[in-house]
Amino acid sequence: MSNVMVLAGRSGDVFTDATLEMIGKARELADAWGGQVEVAVFGGSAGADKLEGADTVLSVEHDALAEYVPEAYEIALRALLAERSPRLLLLPNDTTGLDLGTSVATGWGAGHAAGVVGLEADGDRALATCAILGGKMLADVEFTGEHGVCTVMSGAFAPASGATPEVVTVQAPDELGSLRTTMTEKIVPQGGDVDITAADLLVSVGRGIGSKDDLETVEELAEALGAPVSASRPVIDSGWMPKSRQVGKSGLKVKPKAYLAFGISGAPEHLEGMRSADLIIACNTDSGAPIFEVAHYGTTCDLFDLIPSMVEKLEE
Amino acid sequence: MRIVVPLKAVPDLVEELELNDDETDIDREYLKYVLSEWDDQALEEALLVKEAGDAEVVAVALADDIDIEQSLYTALAKGADKAVLLEGGSGSSTRSRAATFAAYLEDQPADLVLTGVQSVDDLDGQLPPALGAMLGQPHVSVVASVAAEGDGVRVRQEYSGGLAADLTVRLPAVVGIQAARQSPRYAPITKIRQMQQAGGLETVSVSPDAAESGLEVRGMRVPEAGGHAEMFEGDPDDVAEKIVELLRSRGLVKG
Repeated sequence: MSNVMVLAGRSGDVFTDATLEMIGKARELADAWGGQVEVAVFGGSAGADKLEGADTVLSVEHDALAEYVPEAYEIALRALLAERSPRLLLLPNDTTGLDLGTSVATGWGAGHAAGVVGLEADGDRALATCAILGGKMLADVEFTGEHGVCTVMSGAFAPASGATPEVVTVQAPDELGSLRTTMTEKIVPQGGDVDITAADLLVSVGRGIGSKDDLETVEELAEALGAPVSASRPVIDSGWMPKSRQVGKSGLKVKPKAYLAFGISGAPEHLEGMRSADLIIACNTDSGAPIFEVAHYGTTCDLFDLIPSMVEKLEE
Repeated sequence: MRIVVPLKAVPDLVEELELNDDETDIDREYLKYVLSEWDDQALEEALLVKEAGDAEVVAVALADDIDIEQSLYTALAKGADKAVLLEGGSGSSTRSRAATFAAYLEDQPADLVLTGVQSVDDLDGQLPPALGAMLGQPHVSVVASVAAEGDGVRVRQEYSGGLAADLTVRLPAVVGIQAARQSPRYAPITKIRQMQQAGGLETVSVSPDAAESGLEVRGMRVPEAGGHAEMFEGDPDDVAEKIVELLRSRGLVKG
């Protein structure tokens, strides 16, 4: 009842940084409660020795778990929760967490705290801090029941170091044999026109640009600087730029020497993808935009006034 | 195929957000509400599925949601076949919203539920997986396209790093839409007005099961800036000068 379970995620063959960060926080909580850190690993436990700080790896193997299929993962996870009954379950706030967090919580009679950026033990209680409303507000919440589920933002916690876990193989549930969801094809990203992760300088644009036609303004600046244009999610979802240019959680992580952010408010999902750039300069008419908290320099000028001036100066 | 699209009104983040008196929520009294952008994407994808084959699209919302009628009339103007307002449910948490939509769907089942993958004010999780769990149906979130295929749908699910996969899901199912295949269409204001004048909203009373969120909000606060950008002052011309200089000093401007 005082254990903390982490659902491991993989990127290719290696466990994600988010997995290691969740184990770091789980270690702290489990120590406070006198419990154990258990990591659920589906579809093969290769590399489990890298999961430092965890006590046990619960490995579930089944053909249906060879690739990520939400229904299969949910069945396997629910079975583990029923068997092990941890105090908390931590999931990454990515596609896995968006698929499974609320559904396993609902089935388990547990609360689900979304967008978790802080997590503390307060005696027996678990307190989570959630970033909501585009990162403009933080909510401090307490789990009222016996169990809780957290979907954790990447970068929120530090990884643990320590002993390597013991791997325990857990019997796969029979229901995995009768799924209603199947993966038919894995889509590998098409080598986009430009690799934005390789650029020294990025001119990035967000919702503040307003329309596709106005992208021209930003493109002129990018051309004057010899830099590619990247964008935040709303611009990509509107179909104004290709997916290969998206910076953020559902796009690419970038670390250029300089990142110029125009009309980007700085939702947590976007910050995740660019906050480690060496130099961040943000332009947003909203002085309260969260982007200014990670930017080194900022301005509240209108981008349509600022950019033409910049282009002029670059062409002088 | 009957496609139900649950819609949600959310605070417009362009507005200044303030805390209420006991600092447990934002002060909602004078806030402007807009349709959740992901729900707008879900409606668009539903209309695209309808146009590609044979489907009925029903937009449904909670009567409690502020200014949601406008979004329902807009949905009709865009091509939804029906717009339904649910009375008797609570919109205070994702869990209670899901219970309200589930009560409606149990009574008037859908083959496919398409709704936004999340909303900006989700605190206790997201609607699609909550609905999936309550209805006992398979669900897939972060989806960027949907197509009818045999007795199911083929969806494209997106992952970090630009990866994706195509999944087939047997119906009935719930799908959380990240983005439609195209930008949400525009509905002319004259057409929205026509819909309003025709008064085509159906009201349905539901009695949802009690649904606890399992969370208690102890407090809400504005994040303390871990740091803050040094702000450039002056007119755009001055600011442009300073930025270009800064980039030059870092050797990032060619020539």
